[in-house]
Amino acid sequence: MRILHYINQFFGQKGGEEAANHPIELVEGPVGPGGALNAALAGKAEISHTIICGDSYFNENEEVAVMGIKEIIDQVKPDLIVAGPAFNAGRYGVACGRVGKLAAELGLPCITGMYPENPGYDLYKQTAYMVETKNSAADMRKAIPNMAKLIASFIEKDGKLGMPAEEGYMPRNLRINMFAEKRGAARAVDMLIAKLGGEEFTTEYPMPVFDRVAPFKALASLKDAKIALVTSGGVVPKGNPDHIESSSAQKYGEYSIEGIDDLTEASHETAHGGYDPVKCNENSDVVLPVDVLRDLEKEGVIGSLHNMFYTTVGNGTSVSNSKKFGAEIAQKLLDAGVSAAILTST
Amino acid sequence: MPVVHIVTVVPISVTVGANRIVPAVAIPHPLGNPKMSQEEEKLMRREMVVKSLETLTTDISEQTVF
Repeated sequence: MRILHYINQFFGQKGGEEAANHPIELVEGPVGPGGALNAALAGKAEISHTIICGDSYFNENEEVAVMGIKEIIDQVKPDLIVAGPAFNAGRYGVACGRVGKLAAELGLPCITGMYPENPGYDLYKQTAYMVETKNSAADMRKAIPNMAKLIASFIEKDGKLGMPAEEGYMPRNLRINMFAEKRGAARAVDMLIAKLGGEEFTTEYPMPVFDRVAPFKALASLKDAKIALVTSGGVVPKGNPDHIESSSAQKYGEYSIEGIDDLTEASHETAHGGYDPVKCNENSDVVLPVDVLRDLEKEGVIGSLHNMFYTTVGNGTSVSNSKKFGAEIAQKLLDAGVSAAILTST
Repeated sequence: MPVVHIVTVVPISVTVGANRIVPAVAIPHPLGNPKMSQEEEKLMRREMVVKSLETLTTDISEQTVF
């Protein structure tokens, strides 16, 4: 089996940061960490060529770099592409991941290695097998044998690798059908018994990890503040004009409340499919309190109520979609000079 | 930009990382109560919104349920 190995300028022995703009270079045989990898794979596979590319060059000229690497792949015709390991080097990890995506597009497998917090993992985990490494190159002596083990297993099993934990690669967030010996209920009870007994067990459905944000400093005063309303309770203009999904929402809505002092049965309703909508459909102020905020605006308690509100349905909506909606909504509020937001959830 | 989260299921809000949290009435009507008259309900809603606005002028150093 022929392997094409992708490494950066540092591991390609071209230099450190000063050589980060090193353009793509193709070398025959293994270079740097490829030497140890090649030795570990003796008799099973061989690194026929190595691509050396500067981290800045790749990331600043991604399109050109990917095109160049594609040409090399067409010419070298490898059976497998190996990239890195990149440890916690962000640009290097992103480059390794992007090379993996290119490989996938060309129908080739890619094995790489990096630290789980390397952005390359989150961006490209679905298109390459990534071995977990520590955050610095001091881990090379463990990373190389781990990558070699995964490559050997990949060759032995003709590409049909088992689950991440048993093979030693990081989860790819893919769902694959498989036959289990025990039904789900029995597996769940086994897990519960193990948990109660203080024994180790492996979840089949890991919960998402939520990030933390430091509390933002308080407003000095409400009198000149522009307050915006945001909701996950699905309040929409009557008829749900943008067809926001009643569950697993794929979008959020942005609607004007200019000149509206009160949400009524005639003007608004909820698109949310996960709670009893009767009360909200009668009077959406119980989810999105436009009526009292307009009163407080008139009385001068707040400077103003922002004339747009933002809404989606928080019913089985994925964390990744929610993060995307949140980031876009926050940016729009900042651009509109909003001072603070009230987010309501059902 | 400070944000206040008005939410009934406070543990979810804490888990996902909201910082200023104001507990609400019920899942289908966080700022309403069908047992009240319309006037009473609006008054209660106003009190909840005023309380929420006050959290925005209150400095906190960690997640806080008001």
